[in-house]
Parts: sequence; structure tokens; C-alpha cells
Amino acid sequence: MGLEKINMPQLGESVTEGTISTWLVQPGDQVNKYDPIAEVMTDKVNAEVPSSFSGVIKELVASEGDTIEVGELMCHIEVEGAAGSAEEPAEEENKQAPAQETPVAEEKPSASKKPEKKQDKGNKKRYSPAVMTLAQEHDIDLNQVDGSGRGGRITRKDIEKIIASGDIPKAGEEKAEAPAEQPAQAEQKAAPASASAPQTPNVQASEGDIEIPVTGVRKAIAANMVKSKTEIPHAWMMVEVDVTNLVELRNAKKNQFKQQEGFSLTYFAFFVKAVAQALKEYPQLNSMWAGDKIIQRKAINLNIAVAKDDQLFVPVIRDADEKSIKGIAKDITDLANKARQGKLTSKDMEGGTFTVNNTGSFGSVQSMGVINHPQAAILQVESIVKKPVYQNGMFGARDMVNLCLSLDHRVLDGLVAGNFLARVKEILEKMSEDNTSVY
Amino acid sequence: MAENRHKALGLSDDQVLDMFRTMLLARRIDERMWLLNRAGKIPFVISCQGQEAAQVGASYALDREKDYALPYYRDMGVVLAFGMTAQDLMLSGFAKAEDPNSGGRQMPGHFGQKKNRIVTGSSPVTTQVPHAVGIALAGKMEKKDFVSLVTFGEGSSNQGDFHEGANFAGVHKLPVIFMVENNKYAISVPVSKQLACEKVSDRAIGYGMPGFTVDGNDPLAVYEAVKAAADRGRNGEGPTLIETVSYRLTPHSSDDDDRTYREREEVDEAKKKDSIVTFAQYLRDTGVLTDEKEKEMNDEISEIVNEATDYAENAAYAEAESAMKYVYEE
Amino acid sequence: MAVISYIQAVTQALKEEMKRDEKVFVLGEDVGKRGGVFRATDGLYDEFGEDRVLDTPLAESAIAGVGIGAAMYGMRPVAEMQFADFIMPAVNQIISEAAKIRYRSNNDWSAPITIRAPYGGGVHGALYHSQSVEAVFANQPGLKIVMPSTPYDVKGLLKASIRDNDPVLFFEHKRAYRLIKGEVPDEDYTLPIGKADVKREGSDITVITYGLCVHFALQAAEKLAEEGIDAHILDLRTVYPLDKEGIIEAASKTGKVLLVTEDNKEGGIISEVSAIISENCLFDLDAPVQRLAGPDVPSMPYAPTMEKHFMMNPDKVEKAMRDLAEF
Repeated sequence: MGLEKINMPQLGESVTEGTISTWLVQPGDQVNKYDPIAEVMTDKVNAEVPSSFSGVIKELVASEGDTIEVGELMCHIEVEGAAGSAEEPAEEENKQAPAQETPVAEEKPSASKKPEKKQDKGNKKRYSPAVMTLAQEHDIDLNQVDGSGRGGRITRKDIEKIIASGDIPKAGEEKAEAPAEQPAQAEQKAAPASASAPQTPNVQASEGDIEIPVTGVRKAIAANMVKSKTEIPHAWMMVEVDVTNLVELRNAKKNQFKQQEGFSLTYFAFFVKAVAQALKEYPQLNSMWAGDKIIQRKAINLNIAVAKDDQLFVPVIRDADEKSIKGIAKDITDLANKARQGKLTSKDMEGGTFTVNNTGSFGSVQSMGVINHPQAAILQVESIVKKPVYQNGMFGARDMVNLCLSLDHRVLDGLVAGNFLARVKEILEKMSEDNTSVY
Repeated sequence: MAENRHKALGLSDDQVLDMFRTMLLARRIDERMWLLNRAGKIPFVISCQGQEAAQVGASYALDREKDYALPYYRDMGVVLAFGMTAQDLMLSGFAKAEDPNSGGRQMPGHFGQKKNRIVTGSSPVTTQVPHAVGIALAGKMEKKDFVSLVTFGEGSSNQGDFHEGANFAGVHKLPVIFMVENNKYAISVPVSKQLACEKVSDRAIGYGMPGFTVDGNDPLAVYEAVKAAADRGRNGEGPTLIETVSYRLTPHSSDDDDRTYREREEVDEAKKKDSIVTFAQYLRDTGVLTDEKEKEMNDEISEIVNEATDYAENAAYAEAESAMKYVYEE
Repeated sequence: MAVISYIQAVTQALKEEMKRDEKVFVLGEDVGKRGGVFRATDGLYDEFGEDRVLDTPLAESAIAGVGIGAAMYGMRPVAEMQFADFIMPAVNQIISEAAKIRYRSNNDWSAPITIRAPYGGGVHGALYHSQSVEAVFANQPGLKIVMPSTPYDVKGLLKASIRDNDPVLFFEHKRAYRLIKGEVPDEDYTLPIGKADVKREGSDITVITYGLCVHFALQAAEKLAEEGIDAHILDLRTVYPLDKEGIIEAASKTGKVLLVTEDNKEGGIISEVSAIISENCLFDLDAPVQRLAGPDVPSMPYAPTMEKHFMMNPDKVEKAMRDLAEF
């Protein structure tokens, strides 16, 4: 036995509903297929509606006098041997595909951002008449504008936004890879407060001073630093890690690696690998503050800082947890090369979930990173320094490094951050020729 | 002296003389049009010759102060009877701005003049038939007692609009007079290849109305039939179909050569029955038309046609940009 | 304000106009006693009598032609073609006659007739009860073609059509008849023929359409709004002659234009809209003008699968809108 539905039929070309004037059957009645079950009145016709099945009327869902839309349920009928898969001849036009999954609020809801659509940049230089006209009228250097359209196409709206912002990239001015409207990730170095003052400070240039206009990337960096420092309550901690074995490992492999792979095996790759692994175990660090909620990211995409002249970029090593040390080293090399050649795209800088900053490359041994908004933490890897360390009852020369963590105290507390750092330390100290493969 | 038929129809001598004068005026204007065409002055002529008796006889049977005429392209006799002038027709032939039919927009023969209730027409044939029915319907709704006369050729009586219009008028008993001017040819195709029935009037019964076939060369016969039809219409008895049989004395138009499809002898034979000849003879026979009157009439018409020609030839064309006007109400 | 259906708005407009002006009358097949096969003239026969609600013989050319004759006389006929698909026998009367009467008579005569006809598909009407026929008439100067989308527009535009001193084709979407309901003022009002109407303000893409498709576009726009796509929707309302200024303004607003019709694609109203945009808006355009239309097959087949394939729906419109937004 199966339960079938009898729905309101379409009784005329323009008819959308019918009113049941009289039920001709009652629950429990045995009806044959095509026996009349109800009298139905519509704007166009009055008709007897026949049963679509043979069986026993189970339930009259609609009452006499009820007006029912075409395709809506009138009654249930119990049918011998049927599986109960009532057909639904409802109006197709009213069915709609579920709305596309709305991307979870990430970063700032910048209307021009559609991360999943930005696979290629092939249309970057295909300008529509509207874009060309506006660019001419406002003297906008389109080479400096990134597009939010398909294939990186610059849309009329992109240009209109630039015009509205007043920050117009002119030809001949410093060429920014990261456009003014997409500065989400810029350099995270501990910056002197003066660089990020929110208002124009009363600072006059004296004779011999050099005035450097604040434009492009510098401006974006400044804005981001201010945003990060004013919005995020920073907390800070540091651990000291013994990487003597790691140094031996790396020194043993680096020459052969360079020969084989054609690029360098840097210490930084090992640190990134260790951080990625620890983040997998402490996803709290791999998260973002989103106002009324905290979003823990599944993907582990690590921003790294890359310098070029007076600019600093933070490109992303994607899915770092899935990559070998070699894979990470390769990414680092590629991104660094791109940065030096001015070839980084906004795509290269999007989607980071945590930042690892190689401050050690400047000889720094301690620093306080400014969190890469809206991430929850940033880790500074300082210089590896030989130090006398008391170990196993005696002093010995060990390779030591400081790892400095800045954390968003809204998202994280000392305990979880401390555990995370301890875990990174543990992973690094266990790296040795015996148990670590770079491949 | 011959039998006086017009008195019996209630027509005075002056009235029949006036009918003849209108027929003659139509003929003379038409002849002038041909000359102007052959002289290269006007591009196109389409003729009424041979059908003047039917056109004028029918028109004089109506109340030309209130009835409506929906003529077809040969109906110069109808429109002259309804009040159009020789000058109006010449202005149309020369396509001048003052042309009351269309301001120089339509070819000659596409009549229309609202003040005289001559309803504007087009080139696709028989479209005016449902219009005549609609006007009669409007008259009935407004409780007026006018009738509408619609004319068309025997070839046109094959068009759907004839049948649809006649049926509509029959069903709703509307005061419409359907008059078929059967001139034996639809351009080159003879009536034998147009109709399977003997007469166009045979079709009337299908639409619940009486049908009559009369001699289209005899204005009095046509007058009599149309008069009776108009009375029926005004009395609420519905429509009538009248077929007037005559002959097209000219080629279809100035662009046609009828020698390719009919014998000269046939045309010559038809000319013997030309109403301009035969009705003049009747008027002489009944003492209505004298030589003196005939000369006077000819001179007068000749002067009218000359003046109309000169006036129209010298009149201005419409401004080129005026082609943009009157697509919609302005 | 009462909420009434699209077809009730038709009936209401007819009724009010017949009350207002004795010269207004209705003629067509089954419009009298039956009140129309769609019931558009429901109740008029009882109220105004058989002389003003005229059941005609089954002959479309006569319905149009007789109406034109009455209009030339000075009446205000409202002729009904039972289905737009059946207007074809009357095309000669509409195009050769009604459209040209004022022009050919140098403004001496006019034919203020309104010809109503239900058009459109999605009602299991197959080839000859589903067609959109506006394109047939949309290159005929002298005609006006009105295709309203809402009950409010129906009433205001039908009244305006009846009062217009030129011939108007008034195409009503038969699926909208009972599907679309809306607020309609009880009092007398008219809406301007020849003016398009912005049905939704937006800044990302412009959708220009008419008739039932307006509702499809509005539905799609609401969904897309959740994705941050903000659609501007222009309802042409009059598809001939077109509101060029309105089209140019709407197209220029976003520079991304989607044109939607359920008619066949080639040679339709939206093709002309596209031409107007390309003639006037080149330097505002940010994307190729897109047309979303029925396929170029004769008409909608009967079987639900094929009908659905032909017929426009909100999903198809939504997809095309999103695609354009992402361009």
C-alpha cells in the first residue's frame, strides 16, 4: 500500500487556482481511477475532477470552499501496490534553483571581490567602450587597475569606484601591483607609529628634507596598518627554539638540492612547514574575527612577506599543509621572483589565513608583528643565532631562533597560543637528517 | 419618342441630365488623365471608362447628404457624384499637396474625402468591404438611418473580406449595399476564370441577403436596384448584393496592354454599348437632351477639365519633410 | 486599493470605459453571453446588452475590418482576437488599413480602434495558443503596440488605448491573467502609451523586457540581490513605437544590458531595442548587449518537456542576469 496525492489540475489555459465546491467522496471511500472525487469551480470552468488512482480515500486535505492553487494538494488516496511516489505536476516556472551558496563573510565585503571567479586574467586588457571613455575622461592609467570582471576584466563599476574614491592611478606614477581597492594584504612589519597616523600630522618639511608622496602600495600599507592596530587588540609572546639539528639537516642537503632542483633550500621553508603542521592541530590560530562570529578556516594558506625596494608584498602559499618542504621552498622562490619582477597578481595575494614573516632575514632577533587584518595571528621567524646553551649538564653552542607571535586577543587566549608555539617548537626541534625528508 | 423610363423611377429631366453630365465629366477627366500620362506628366492612370453608368446611377439613388460611399479605384463616377471636383481629381493625378484624397501620398484612384463621406481606401482589394459594414453597424448603434455603399470588382468578390463582410452584415442585418461592378476582367483574367457560379449575385443567398444582377451600362436600371436596396437598408431589412454588368473599355491601367489577352473585336463590340453613347441616345430619344444642350455641356466640361488640369499642374507639391507627418495624431 | 488579477483589470477597464463613453463597444468571438473564453468580458453583456457587446461571426478579418469601419465613423470599438495566434487573417486589415488610414488620407480620416489579444505561452497551449506575435506588427508605423505586465498597468494602459485616437494593439499575457495580481486604484486613471516604466532600480545590470517576462526578471532580481547583484529592470510596456529615451537611459545606467522576451530571438522587439542601444550608448556600454529569448523554431510545442525548453522562466532569466553581472 502506498499513499498518493491528488493535486488540483489545471482546468484551463490561464487558470491558476480552483475552488472545491463539493467533495464527492469521503475518507474511507473506495474509488476507481477516473471516478469523480470533487466538483471544482474556476474562473473559466466548473468541472468534476476525477481520481487519478484506484484506491481508498485517506484524507481530504482541502475543505469545501477552499481555493487551491494548481498543482497543490487536494487529498490523499491509499493505493494498492504503489510506492507512494506521487507525481508533482506543479508549475515549473515557479520552481527555482536554490540561491548560489553565499560566500561566507570574509575580509571586508568588497563588492568587486569574487574570489572563486578569478582564475585567469586573460581579459584584463579587454576594455569596454565605457571603461575606455571613463579612463580617458579621468586620465586613469588602466595598467594600474585591477578588474573584478570575468577573466580580470576591468568593469565600468571598477572605474566608477576609483573615480568616486578620488585615488586615481595616473600614467607615469609609481606602478602598483596591488591596486588601491584591493590592498587587503600588505606588509606586516612592525612599523613605526608615525607611518600609520590616521590624520595628517602637523609635520613640516625643512630645508634639505625629502618629501615622498604617499601613494600606491605605501598608502595601502599605511591604511592597513592603521586598521589592524586600531581594530585588533594585539597580544604578544615569544619562544626560543633550538634548531641545531635542523641547521645540520639543511646544510647537509642544500648543495645537492640546489643542483637537483635549481632553487635554494632555505630555512624559511622548514619554518613554514612546521607552522602549517601546527596550524592543522591548532585551527584556532587559523581563523578570523567576523564581528558576531569567529570563522575557522579549513584551508591553510600562509602569507609570507616578500620585499621589493620600498614595497612589501604578502603573497600566499596555498594549502601549505599539503605541501612538502620542497614544494614550499619552490613557492617561496616563485613568489619572491614574481615580486622582484613586478609580476605578482592580486590572485597571488588573496585568501591568506595566517602569516609567517621572515624577519630573521634582516638580522632581527625580536619583533612585534602587526597582524595581517583580518587574520588572528602572525608569526615572526627571527635570525638563527649560535648561543651557548646549558644542556645535558654542560654548556654547548647551539643554533637558536626566536619565534614571536602576535595574536588577536578577541579570537585567541594565551593558553592556546602558547600550546601552538610549543608545538611549533617541538616540530622544529625534532627535524633532523634521520627523520625529515624535504620531499 | 421612346418610352420615358426615368419618370417612372421618380427622376426629373433635370436629374437625369445631371446624371449624364456627371458621367460625361468622369469620362472626360479620365480621357485627359490618359493624355497626361502619355505626355509624361503623370505617372499613372486607372480608368473608370465603361463603368460610369453603374457608378453614377448607384450614387444618385442614395442620399448624398448622409450616406457613405466606400469606392474602389475605378469609381470616379461615384466620387464626383458624392461631391469631389474635377480639380480635386486632377490634383490627385498630379500628386499635389492640395489633393483632398491624400495630399499627394496615394496613387490616383485611391479616393477619400471625409467631408463628403467618401471613405479612404487602399490598394489591396476588398479591404473596404468590412469597413462599410462597420460604418453601417455604427449607424445602427447610433440609430441613424444612413446606408453605406461599397463597390468592388467581380474579381474582388473572391476575397475573404467580401465574404466575411457580407456575412457579418447579413447576420446583423446592417444597411450595406454591396455593389459589384462586373467589368468582365480582373486585369487579364476573364470572369469565367473568376467565378464558378454564373453570376456574382448568386453569392448573396449564402449571406442571407437578396442578390440582383443588372445592366451596368444602364444608369436607370442601376438606380432602380440601388434605390430599392437603400430602402431595404433604411427599413432595417439588412444588406443587398447588386451586380452591375458592363465592360472595361480601357486596359487595366496605364501600365497594362490589354491586346495581349483580349481581341479588339470584343472591345469594339463593347463600345457599342458604352453608356456615354447609349444614355445620351436615350436622353435625346426622350427629348431631354438637345443638340444645343449637348454642345453647351461639352463646352462647359471641356473648360472645367482644362482649368482643373492647369490648376493641378501648376499647384505645389507637398514639402518633402511633410512625408513625416500624420503617422499618428499630432 | 483593491488587489485584483490581471484579467480583472482588463474587465474593469472595459467596463469603466463603456460607462464613460457610449461610443465604446466590444466585438469579437464569444465575447457576449460567454463573456469571452478567458472571461475578459465577463458581465459586460448583462450590463451593456448585445448591441455593445457584440458576438461576431467567426471571422477575424471581419472583426478587425468592421471595427475599423466603425472607428472611422467615430465609434471606439474594442475588438477581441480570441488568441493572438488567430490574428493572422486580420493582418491585412490591421497593417494595410488601420495602420495607414491617417497617413494615407493626409490626416483626413483616423481609425481609433483597440484590438485586444491574449498572447504568450506556458499554458500547454502548443503552437497555436502560445505565440507572441508583436514582432509581426512592430515595424508598422501608425500602429501602437501595448503589452502590459501588471494589473495596474493593464487598467491604465487599456483605458489610454481606448481613448487614443490611433489604432492600438493591446496584447495581454494569458498566463498572467490569473497568475498576476496587484493593487489597482478604483478611480479612473490612464497611463501614457509610449513610456517605459522602471520596475526596479539597480546599479549592476539592466534588464529590459515586457509582459510576463517582467515578473520573471523581478523574481530573479530578488534572488540575485542576495548575492550582491543589483538589477535595474525596465518594463517597455509599449513595444511599438519604443520609448527610445527610456531605453537609452536604462541602458546607460549600468552599461550591462540583458534583453528578455519569450518571443523568438531573431527579428523581435528586443532586437530593435538592441539596435537603439548600440546606436546611442556605445560609450556607456561595459558588456555586449545580451538577448535572452525563445529559440528560433516556429512556436511552443505541446509536450511539457519541449514547452519548457522553449518557454522563458525565472531560472533562465536569473542565469543570464548572473552571467552578465559577472562579465
